Amino acid sequence: MTPAATIPVVVREVRPVTPLIRQFTLAREDGLPLPAFSAGAHVVVVMPGPARTLRNPYSLMGTSADLSTYDIAVRLSETSRGGSRFMHEAVAPGSKLAITPPVNLFPLDKLARRHLLLCGGVGITPVSAHVRELVHGCVPFEVHCGARSIEHATLALELQAIAPDAVTIHLDMPGPTMDVGSILAEQPLGTHLYVCGPGGMIENVIATARAAGWPQSHLHWERFTAPPAGKPFEVTLSRSGKRITVPPEMSLLEAIEAAGVDAPFLCRGGACGQCETTVLALDGTLLHHDVYLSADQKAAGDRIMPCVSRADCRTLVLDR
Amino acid sequence: MTIAFKPDETYRDDFTFRNSPAAIRRFPFPFGEDVYRYAVNIEPHVRGGPTAAYDNLFDIDEHYIAECRERALVLAHDPKRCQALPHMMAAQWDTLELLMENLSTDYPEHFSLVRDGNAWHWTNRALGIEQHFVFGDAGTLPCEPLEYIGRQMQGDLTLQDQREDNLFMDAGMVTCQADWSLEFDLGMKFHEWHGPVPLAHEQGVFDRALKFLLNLQLGRPVRRLNWTMTINPRMDTSPEQYPQWGPDRTTITPENAGSRVHLRVELQSLFRLPRSNAILFGIRCYLISLEELATIPKWSRRLHRVLQTLPPELVEYKGLSRFRDTAIAWLAQRDDGAPTSVGTAPD
Repeated sequence: MTPAATIPVVVREVRPVTPLIRQFTLAREDGLPLPAFSAGAHVVVVMPGPARTLRNPYSLMGTSADLSTYDIAVRLSETSRGGSRFMHEAVAPGSKLAITPPVNLFPLDKLARRHLLLCGGVGITPVSAHVRELVHGCVPFEVHCGARSIEHATLALELQAIAPDAVTIHLDMPGPTMDVGSILAEQPLGTHLYVCGPGGMIENVIATARAAGWPQSHLHWERFTAPPAGKPFEVTLSRSGKRITVPPEMSLLEAIEAAGVDAPFLCRGGACGQCETTVLALDGTLLHHDVYLSADQKAAGDRIMPCVSRADCRTLVLDR
Repeated sequence: MTIAFKPDETYRDDFTFRNSPAAIRRFPFPFGEDVYRYAVNIEPHVRGGPTAAYDNLFDIDEHYIAECRERALVLAHDPKRCQALPHMMAAQWDTLELLMENLSTDYPEHFSLVRDGNAWHWTNRALGIEQHFVFGDAGTLPCEPLEYIGRQMQGDLTLQDQREDNLFMDAGMVTCQADWSLEFDLGMKFHEWHGPVPLAHEQGVFDRALKFLLNLQLGRPVRRLNWTMTINPRMDTSPEQYPQWGPDRTTITPENAGSRVHLRVELQSLFRLPRSNAILFGIRCYLISLEELATIPKWSRRLHRVLQTLPPELVEYKGLSRFRDTAIAWLAQRDDGAPTSVGTAPD
């Protein structure tokens, strides 16, 4: 399936919410309502970068009750490959961008008897949407937000204002204070656990839950891996008959797109599996960075997720 | 364009359902070549295709009023043909919105929708229905949203919740099914409700199809065709009604095959729903008798050749065993061996 048609949007408002996070309010250029969405959905923002087109996924923070605008929040990444820096430095009210229609890879489970949501840093963005949906329902929920300090906790404070009894804020000065083990220990059977935040936090929460015997079906997390930089490598695209070089700062998917070849994608973060591509020939090693393929599939070396994965190779031929 | 409805035709008892010459030409004939070949055959559900049945995302034709009455008869006799688990209410509203938007946009002479925030005004001139209601408030409709709009649609609808990397059939309105039961399948996951299908599990068809559907995108619906054969133009060939229609399959003779054996084609469409993240599965059923089909010589030639090459497992699964040979003999008299053109469109 080729990529979805994008929606032209204009930036209505830019709001610095913490020293590192800016919130952007987007509206359709033609003034029509944006597509309805479910809590946990993200869009991919297409940015006209100076050297090339940048595409990053960002979670939608609001609800479908008001579809005149979408809200996203972008944390400036110290290791930005261009996307978050562009959003922070080049985007202002009136700027024109494009977005893909919403996709939800982090939905609430509709059969849960209780929801437990843990988030850290900018991982609060999908949880913002979840909480705004949950306050209108009758299923109990509990939210724990981690932040470095109070000046980094603006979005968490806003959530606390919406659901004062459900939201707890944990400030990490001088060190982490969210006691995941005891939070999990207090949950009744039937609780679904959701976690979004830095990679280390997700791993810790999921490992703690598994060790405590939580069933896999009740564990949910969202982690968009930013495509890591690496050594340049050459790729042959057999179907389109092209030979391309993937530069250090560009992902394989971006290099394929830059060569004018349409490739499928949804999350651009190694999570959804949509961009899975067959490896026809390989002399070297695939550097898998996705969380989609199983360990066995990665070891087989016959497929790759080009949105985040790379190769250290003399030859790589892809069915694309 | 105003559709000339045929409101009095019936799908039971005296079976007065017939296709006009125009309805025959728009039939979504499913076979693209002269041999049977199993394929998942999923393609984007975009406007336009080999016949006019593909012109809109939800097709309304001359049988609309009669088919809606048939649905009401089935529901009156068996209310469990429409069921929705409690967590599917958002998906029900998503469905109502999608259908009302499409019908009012594509058939403005028959349907209209006026929205003022959540205060909606729906008019269905074909069925003489006018309804003011509040979107999201089921108490303002005479029944739940899926049943409300389902009663005004040709074709069955099921709603699949997405969780645990799977799809669960957690709601539906199913009155014109080809021998499967919503009451039986409700709550099942993807591989479970496809359990009875022969051959495809072993080929990994359902693993691939599920993976594809889990990533189905908003605004990018897909479709496929499915088919079987039915004796008489009977919509309700459900397991619940088997005693009514099962024995019909033993009554086919060379004399009556042309008028009583029908090709039954389902134009199946799949839509991602926005607020619920559920998937809507539309199963729009078309019936055509062999006599009607033979007015398009390409189609009767090809059906003859396809039926001859159908694997025995599928003859059994589709329930054709008792009359396939008679149907083939009827079609053989109309197959001069001439080559057929590529594709499914009529010549």
